[in-house]
Amino acid sequence: MKVTFPHMGNMYICVKALLEDMGVEVVVPPQTSKRTISLGTRNSPEFACLPMKVNIGNFIEAHELGADTIIMAGGVGPCRFGYYAQVQREILKDLGYDYKMVVLEPPEKHISELLGNIRYVTGNKSWFRVIKALRLAWYKARALDELEVWVHRLRPREYQKGEADRVYGQAIRDIDQAKSCREVLGAAAKAGQKFGEIQADWTKKCLKIGLVGEIFVVLEPFANLNVEKHLGELGVEVERSIYLSEWINEHLFMGLLRKVKSSKEARKSARPYINHTVGGHGQDTIGHTVLYKQEGFDGVVQLAPFTCMPEIVAQSVLPKVSRDYNIPTLSLVVDEHAGEAGVMTRLEAFVDLLTRKAEGKEGVNL
Amino acid sequence: MKKRVGIPRALLYYTYYPLWREFFTSLGAEVVVSSPTTKGILNQGVKKAVDEACLPVKLYYGHVMDLIGKVDYLFLPRMVSVEAKTYICPKFLGLPDMIRHNVDNLPTLIDVNINRHKNDNQLYGAVYQVGKMFSANPYNIYAAFNRAIKVQNRYETLLQQGILPFEALSVLERGDGGDKETATPQQGKDLTIALVGHPYNIYDNYISMNLIEKLKTMGAMVMTPEAVAPEVVEGEANKLPKKMFWNMGKKMVGSAFHFLNRPDVDGIIHLAAFGCGPDSFTGELVEREVRRKKTVPFLNLTIDEHTGEAGIVTRLEAFVDMIRWKAVSQ
Ligand code: SF4
Repeated sequence: MKVTFPHMGNMYICVKALLEDMGVEVVVPPQTSKRTISLGTRNSPEFACLPMKVNIGNFIEAHELGADTIIMAGGVGPCRFGYYAQVQREILKDLGYDYKMVVLEPPEKHISELLGNIRYVTGNKSWFRVIKALRLAWYKARALDELEVWVHRLRPREYQKGEADRVYGQAIRDIDQAKSCREVLGAAAKAGQKFGEIQADWTKKCLKIGLVGEIFVVLEPFANLNVEKHLGELGVEVERSIYLSEWINEHLFMGLLRKVKSSKEARKSARPYINHTVGGHGQDTIGHTVLYKQEGFDGVVQLAPFTCMPEIVAQSVLPKVSRDYNIPTLSLVVDEHAGEAGVMTRLEAFVDLLTRKAEGKEGVNL
Repeated sequence: MKKRVGIPRALLYYTYYPLWREFFTSLGAEVVVSSPTTKGILNQGVKKAVDEACLPVKLYYGHVMDLIGKVDYLFLPRMVSVEAKTYICPKFLGLPDMIRHNVDNLPTLIDVNINRHKNDNQLYGAVYQVGKMFSANPYNIYAAFNRAIKVQNRYETLLQQGILPFEALSVLERGDGGDKETATPQQGKDLTIALVGHPYNIYDNYISMNLIEKLKTMGAMVMTPEAVAPEVVEGEANKLPKKMFWNMGKKMVGSAFHFLNRPDVDGIIHLAAFGCGPDSFTGELVEREVRRKKTVPFLNLTIDEHTGEAGIVTRLEAFVDMIRWKAVSQ
């Protein structure tokens, strides 16, 4: 059995750790690239959402490397994510691939379905082994999230452009290599020190932009055309509404760990605008926008895959939130045709607007 | 003066109108339906909605706007779920919010939550909440709802007999039994084509570009998912590896699988709306199954606000010709 899984930002590091720690052979799909997306697009329904297409591309490329089993998360609606695996299975079948798919999702009838699925992958490893592996994956997720907070702060402030990203790149590799929780903590500490040594202008007052939207495109730089990095280079400090560890808690641990507080708060703040869950992160998108304003942010960028239903609901009411709270927002809808240059232009214009607004210039209305 | 309640002629209008109308009129209200779809109605919706929205939602905006100034209330329930463990679509969950925050000068919105995802007990709570706006008498509300259910059941019975919604509505309107006179709607055709899609796409003549009429003129009898018995849909949909959590999606897949196995169905057309999330998945599941079986010709049509009538006609004619040639060559 050679197990693969879909990419989503740095998630591969955690899933790989989880599986390898239990002695499962893993095939990490090649990093998502143009080729991945074009393979995925060619073999998926035209109006499927981008994450679904990218998954297909990952599966095809992993198959080329010998993978025979897919492990992925599922759901129970209302958004399409909960039916990805079933549609993907049909697509892969018609491609002639003999993939076994293990879907981790809330069981339809009984918890034994879920346990059975986990058992399929773990074999007869003791639950103790499984828990130890989960713990390692969790440590890695937390460490990776922390690194990103550093990079977001440093990018707009460092004197020598690119230094933070260099340290970040090395730290990711170290965390990937770490074999125990202890080593993960060590790698994180080392990275923290390196980040601390970077010469940066900590007195600089940067524009602050919150990133909200659908989780896959928020977490996958290749899909969002490196939005975070570009904003950093434009002198903006970015904060993300969603982190990897939250997703892992929700989908791999079935929410066993405490619900992340911020998500609850966000949904509450969204109520006057979207008074009901709409699936995915639709409500969070609105709620986080409100919260970012309250925390003094200058603007919000919404990232959404083309045709993403929950985000369309959010996008529809976002202009109202923006007017009511006087916070500029920019909705970036991405699909397989999106180009980095176009996104850059829109980001520049947006940052420009925020700068003028921050300087208190007259006539800057939304 | 009677209170006027507006119902947009879009989305679930085609599915629940008889129920809604009977309920409101029994409570002494006057029901006003927006005008049939026109280019103007569609355009004003397209302008208001975000570009990314699906065609039916854009059209819904247009119908809402058509009712402004003509009614005191706008019936815009949040249709979360109409059947246990299923949803309709995320956009239905957010529809009242999308409308409220984008359309100006709205009349009072009646936006109760209709949610049967967990159980049925909550439904009457929602009904009562709406009823209270029109009657202080709980018994009247209860009676109005019962009458509404009866009318809705008759409507669904008519649909099950293969009568199309607009015909069924006029049967109800006339108030006669209707069942017999109209039960033989289509005869003297040499082909049967199954048309699968959301009711609000296939039965809106403007949106579907009169697809059903066109097929009839080409000599085809048309069958739609509304005529497939719920048990049959359920049975066929159970062949999916996992329960489908969109009830309309389930109906489409279930009835498409059913049509696929019927010897009297000569071809299947899937009508999808541009930008529709569930359609992109259900259409894919159906299309792959059909192509694997290779027994029934299949046509996938996607419509958006720019679709030209000429293109559709050409594709329909080619499809129908192909089916006829196939019949001859066998
Ligand atoms: S089911 Fe499709 S067409 Fe209907 S509202 Fe949802 S996305 Fe739009």
